[in-house]
Amino acid sequence: MNWITNYVRPKINSLFSRRDVPENLWTKCPECGTMLFHRELADNLNVCTNCDHHMAITPRARFTALFDGGIFTEVKVPEPLADPLQFRDQKKYPDRMKAAQKATGEKEAMLVAEGEIARTPIVCAAQDFSFMGGSMGMYVGNAIVAAAERAVALKRPLVLFSAAGGARMQEGILSLMQMPRTTVAVQMLKEAGLPYIVVLTHPTTGGVTASYAMLGDVQIAEPNALICFAGPRVIEQTIREKLPEGFQRAEYLLDHGMLDRVTHRKALRDELVAILRMLTNQPPAITADLPAPEPQETPEETTPEAEAPAESAPAQAQAEDAKA
Amino acid sequence: MNYLEFEKPLAEIEGKAEELRAMARANKEMDIEKEAAALDRKAEQMLKDLYKDLTPWRKCQVARHPDRPHCKDYIEALFTEFTPLAGDRNFADDHAVMGGLARFDDQPVMVIGHEKGNDTKTRIERNFGMARPEGYRKAIRLMDLAHRFRLPVITLVDTPGAYPGKGAEERGQSEAIARSTQKCLEIGVPLISVIIGEGGSGGAVAFATANRVAMLEHSVYSVISPEGCASILWKDAEKMREAAEALRLTAQDLHKLGVIDRIIKEPLGGAHRARQETIASVGRAIEVMLKELSSKKPEALIRDRRQKFLDMGTKGLAA
Ligand SMILES: [Zn+2]
Repeated sequence: MNWITNYVRPKINSLFSRRDVPENLWTKCPECGTMLFHRELADNLNVCTNCDHHMAITPRARFTALFDGGIFTEVKVPEPLADPLQFRDQKKYPDRMKAAQKATGEKEAMLVAEGEIARTPIVCAAQDFSFMGGSMGMYVGNAIVAAAERAVALKRPLVLFSAAGGARMQEGILSLMQMPRTTVAVQMLKEAGLPYIVVLTHPTTGGVTASYAMLGDVQIAEPNALICFAGPRVIEQTIREKLPEGFQRAEYLLDHGMLDRVTHRKALRDELVAILRMLTNQPPAITADLPAPEPQETPEETTPEAEAPAESAPAQAQAEDAKA
Repeated sequence: MNYLEFEKPLAEIEGKAEELRAMARANKEMDIEKEAAALDRKAEQMLKDLYKDLTPWRKCQVARHPDRPHCKDYIEALFTEFTPLAGDRNFADDHAVMGGLARFDDQPVMVIGHEKGNDTKTRIERNFGMARPEGYRKAIRLMDLAHRFRLPVITLVDTPGAYPGKGAEERGQSEAIARSTQKCLEIGVPLISVIIGEGGSGGAVAFATANRVAMLEHSVYSVISPEGCASILWKDAEKMREAAEALRLTAQDLHKLGVIDRIIKEPLGGAHRARQETIASVGRAIEVMLKELSSKKPEALIRDRRQKFLDMGTKGLAA
């Protein structure tokens, strides 16, 4: 890691969302069963230190690790109509929403932010699988449109991390209409000549894969992420045969020509920086461990507010601290 | 005549009337006409009652009715010089998607649609209207061609959804759908879509991201099938009636939500009872919609289409 990221780490390590701390100090890796201490796991970006299994990571934790100094400014997303269909299954949709908000501490299934990675200005959007399966409804659509509009206004690339079970059934046809809506957002970037990089994370399926998540200029996936249109169970029921090992996983898609790269989460930041800087014709980022600029305070004594450049006041980045 | 489950009482009455008439044909002495006519009137009243207020689940059944006119029927009846164009130039020709050059009222157009087939053999050939990536890629190619030669595009949507199969996934089903939707948004020619039966999720959106979207009165358009939704949210696939209700998948609800522009009336008892009449109504609707767009410049068509989808969702059903 370069000095830029180490230098202004926020003093409270917001890699933990409040739901993980303090009750669950230990997490069992679902893949290899190793017990992992929360701090160690968070420092490793929720990747198992024993077997490299990539666990879910919240958008906030991802942004904190991604942006220089963990500093980012949230991009405002216009509020959609709440419960437009007055949808009710076994529960009312507004009740499901409230439960998801309470469990995650987030408003909805996507977070949009602007900031810099290795001094490369970007706009970034990340989907939150823990919020109703990351499902794409009107809010997620609005978030992607807002992200694209902001990227165009600032002339910056857009990096999008996808994670979703698909469209949000409780918004019926209006969730389906987010497929064309988000495609319009991708076109805005294309017309402005701005790179749109998609990082597909586990799992990305259904209408999300069949719209903005498959339309990137560069398509990267995290290892072993499930990426598909129809899920494996649906396919097994349809064709009545067993599917091959690794079917619809990132590596399988890479083999079938559907992705550009499969990249370990810890290598992702440097890779994004390299790709973005080449696509935007900028000199290479400084990656050596340079001495931090003077004057310097230790990270423990530094509040991100004091460190942040004026135009990207990190008020939002601190929301996590306030909640914690 | 195939009867739907909720049409069973109707089947009995119509069956009786038919039986009487058959008997009369065999035995000239019998005078049954009065009785048969009474049964006819009873049947018609029952048909009116049944179809006056179809529940969303019943509409799904009507939309899937095997005798409902399909894409091929519309193309044959409404277009001349239909010249099918095949293949995605990559892997295969997908028979679940029909497409090609044709004339509509003498005007050259590109027509593309899902075809379900009408008997066991053709249903299998057409894969029940469930397209594979090749189908969407063929559509992309044809839309591109239409764009370059300034031909309006007319799509006829009738699919349970994109095909959930191993090869389809391996060849990039999601990417094909995403690119097809993207192509719909890029073409500088009028794009008109009619949902003639089932508008199944992303597989439908890939053709229906249009300047004008019309739906037949008893067709449906949904993010997921009621059965699929029921098994996920109710954990019971038998709750499809409730799911169909909740999803708001009828033409009437979608019109209120501003998702579609026009509802095309069906004959009494649904499209399958008077196929030619239905096809003619769809033809008239296409004509009107084409006329609405005929004077628009390419840039305006693209801009308006995008704006239409960007604005979608501002209307709820509550009001
Ligand atoms: Zn492990």
